[in-house]
Amino acid sequence: MVFLPWIMNALLFLIVSSLTFLIFILPKTYKYYYTLFLLAVAVTLSSIWSFSILSGNNQTPELTLELPVIKIGLVFTIDSISAFFILVINITVLVGFLYARGYLEPYYKIKNALRFSIHYFSYLWLYLSMIMVVMIREGLSFLIAWEIMALSSFLLVIFDAEVRTILKTGINYLIQMHVGMFFILLAFLIVDKATGQMSFNALGLYFSNHSNILLFILFFIGFGIKAGFIPLHTWLPQAHPAAPSHVSGVMSGVMIKMGIYGMLRVLMSLQNDLLLIGIIILVISLISGVLGVMMAIVQHDLKSLLAYHSIENIGIIGIGIGLGVIGLATHNTALSMLGFSGGLLHVLNHSLFKSLLFYNAGSVYHATHTRNIEHLGGLMKKMPYTAVLFLIGSLAICGLPPFNGFISEYLIYAGMFKSLSIANLYQSILVLGTIVGLSLIGGLAIFCFTKAFGMVFLGEPRTEKATMAKEVSQEMIYPQFITVAFIVLIGLASAFFVKPVFTIISRAFNLSYVAPVTEHAISNLSQISLLSGIFVLVVILLLLYRNMHLKTKPVSYCPTWGCGYSVVTSRQQYTATSYAYNYNHLAKPVLQTKKKMEDIREDEIFPEKRAFESHNDDIFKKILIDKPVDWVSRLLKRIAVMQTGRIQHYILYAFVYMLVVFLLTYFNLI
Amino acid sequence: MLGFVLIFIAAFFFPGLILRTKSIFSGRKGPGIFQPVKDIVLLLRKGSVFSKTTGFIFQIAPVINLSAILCAILVIPFANQKAIISFEGDFVFFSYLLALGKFFAIIAALDAGSSFEGMGASREAFFSMLVEPAFFILLATFAMFTGYTSFSGIFSHFFITGNHYVLIYSIIGFYLLVQIAMIENSRVPVDDPKTHLELTMIHEVMILDNSGFDKALIHIGSYLKFAIYGALLYNVIVPAGWNIWLQIVLFLTVQVAFAIIVGLIESFRARNKMNLNPKFILVISAIAWLAFIIILILTDKLI
Repeated sequence: MVFLPWIMNALLFLIVSSLTFLIFILPKTYKYYYTLFLLAVAVTLSSIWSFSILSGNNQTPELTLELPVIKIGLVFTIDSISAFFILVINITVLVGFLYARGYLEPYYKIKNALRFSIHYFSYLWLYLSMIMVVMIREGLSFLIAWEIMALSSFLLVIFDAEVRTILKTGINYLIQMHVGMFFILLAFLIVDKATGQMSFNALGLYFSNHSNILLFILFFIGFGIKAGFIPLHTWLPQAHPAAPSHVSGVMSGVMIKMGIYGMLRVLMSLQNDLLLIGIIILVISLISGVLGVMMAIVQHDLKSLLAYHSIENIGIIGIGIGLGVIGLATHNTALSMLGFSGGLLHVLNHSLFKSLLFYNAGSVYHATHTRNIEHLGGLMKKMPYTAVLFLIGSLAICGLPPFNGFISEYLIYAGMFKSLSIANLYQSILVLGTIVGLSLIGGLAIFCFTKAFGMVFLGEPRTEKATMAKEVSQEMIYPQFITVAFIVLIGLASAFFVKPVFTIISRAFNLSYVAPVTEHAISNLSQISLLSGIFVLVVILLLLYRNMHLKTKPVSYCPTWGCGYSVVTSRQQYTATSYAYNYNHLAKPVLQTKKKMEDIREDEIFPEKRAFESHNDDIFKKILIDKPVDWVSRLLKRIAVMQTGRIQHYILYAFVYMLVVFLLTYFNLI
Repeated sequence: MLGFVLIFIAAFFFPGLILRTKSIFSGRKGPGIFQPVKDIVLLLRKGSVFSKTTGFIFQIAPVINLSAILCAILVIPFANQKAIISFEGDFVFFSYLLALGKFFAIIAALDAGSSFEGMGASREAFFSMLVEPAFFILLATFAMFTGYTSFSGIFSHFFITGNHYVLIYSIIGFYLLVQIAMIENSRVPVDDPKTHLELTMIHEVMILDNSGFDKALIHIGSYLKFAIYGALLYNVIVPAGWNIWLQIVLFLTVQVAFAIIVGLIESFRARNKMNLNPKFILVISAIAWLAFIIILILTDKLI
């Protein structure tokens, strides 16, 4: 009965995909609206699919769309997990594109039409490929969609390709994505060899009679590079700052989650080795979470700070998933239910607040042309909307109530605390370690975002650039209200959003006997909603009272207290570096801060002008990327001795080659 | 509800008791017990002076901080009565709500654009970040010990788990909670509220620019916070099943004793050197880990 509409839907989807090519021939001014139109159609279509799946009552609903036009066997299959990810993608991609209109405005004059065509085209295809990634089970088509995703995001990152470093970063990104793809391909080939089928559906068959851990590790590396788990994260803090802000928002908000999706898909078919796999995921996620935020604190570039926070949040998602797997292994339903659900909900939450933060970092860049935190300050008075939006994003990412970040972290905490009393020795130690890690991540995130928000938006402007800043256009601000609405709604009416997540998880991992756990959790969440509501009410009432009170009393304004010193300049303010000074001292072993300063010579009676410079390196990038690349390029340089540029030498090489071939054939060696 | 009222009553005389203790031990006549409350009443009646640098964050921060503390009280149980709102993992909410208040206090300090206040904000953020794990380890061990995951559940079953070594646990919990309370409330040995130099302050330097009504809110908040920790201490050392009138008397006694302990510590101990504070706080976390190992032994998981 429902069959006919699906066919039509699928056809429409294909039509949208083929219509994207028209972007290239449209006049410059229409390109944006045309892209928006196509995007809106595709978003509506895929949302209808997702809702019909999520609202279905049967236990494991799946939708299969066989595309009649293509004979290569493109089959779209949507189950609950895919539906969830489609909705997450839809929100962020749509808001990102609405925001892009204002963000790209200044570029209209300086970049030609082709550049915009490529940009919009890649944006659409990034969206379409992500939708396809979550809908395709068959290995080869999946890898093709995965590849389109990498290519289109590469094109999006290098929008500003005139800047050399951006092009270089883009190429670095492209290479790392292909390394990741190689691992996924390898894993699929192994499955193909063993089962004769190259598909996610064949994983269950493979896992039931082969070692689980090895194949899982291959998949984990492949998907982990996309997701940005430490130490596979090195592309992330470089690519995000290089990309335009709406692209960073989409990449960090949803594209890296495709790695999480892939992991979940693999985990769903696992048969044994569950405990070990769970512990591996958990430990790597903990490391990612803690180190990610530790490195975020010392960043000066606002967007690379946010990028390191993506690593932290991927860590939190991973902690949830790892706990879920451990729960599966130990038959602890509460732990696996709450862990998986917390992780999955955090996917949604992170896509919301991280994209919001990236958009506002973009607005700051738009208004001041700098992303260096040390050059900003006092923007709140000049850009009040941006400041408030950034503040909401910061509070949410720190996991503070009454916003959405708290709900997902709470679910993970709840699962851990619940399982403490029934866990055995090693599990209790592991769980306690995770609790400590998660609470430390929370504290560090607060440290980081008080710094970021305080230095960028509060105090006095530190440079001319910040002084001249103006609020960005309304076109850039209004779309973000959609994101904020979700952030607040999930925070205040959490039960409404968590219920479907529970259903998705119980369907995906066959956790059938979970009713008591979920009912408990839902009632706890409604208590949280109640308490959050009371909190908001108390804040409003107190503020009203305070305003009424201050109206009747004398209020005066004067300069900030300077401890008796009256000629204060904005340069005397605490900077981001000084704010993190104490912390830097403690985190020295992890951070490798490099300082550059000339000492004052003994014979220097009147010291000359001096500069001090401090710089934080990413150790993992140094060890895993820079050193091997250095080594290889040195080797290649040595080989390059042969490249003399003389035609005689090259003829000699050819002659030697022929001689060798001749001799080898003569002795029957080849 | 009773607990809510009792915490307010305790907060009423708490700061005065600390001051009184300190003045007695330093041989001064000192102010009366209700002097801090009188100061607050005075501040509440005053207008305000705002820095021109500050914006609306500075205005709303004290309100949000106080609201967070008020709502945090709602999950604290008293005696056998459940807290007004109680759910599994409510201490996570408790801790994060207080962190929200702190977040606003910190950014309000940065809003003034003064290097002193920035310094205080940096220290406050850093030290409270370090103390967070200690609190969570402590609560996790409580949860493991009793099998419950809410304040109400934990404290009403704390003494009836049938474990004979509960007293050891009660003492460790008491010690850790006192230390955490001192750090969270910015008291000696981490911070000295009566220090005379801005460079050596933490909490006091953050609120240099607050005046009048806002300053009163901040003070009320910090007194309430003391009483909250006092209530937690009480719950750790007095069994929940006892007679309710006895409980009320004991509650007030514990709060008085806690105030006197704080006064004593501040009278006889100097503040740490600033750069030793992280080590000090990390040691607290380490002791919490030890407590965890003890609980493993007590619940027969280890050995």
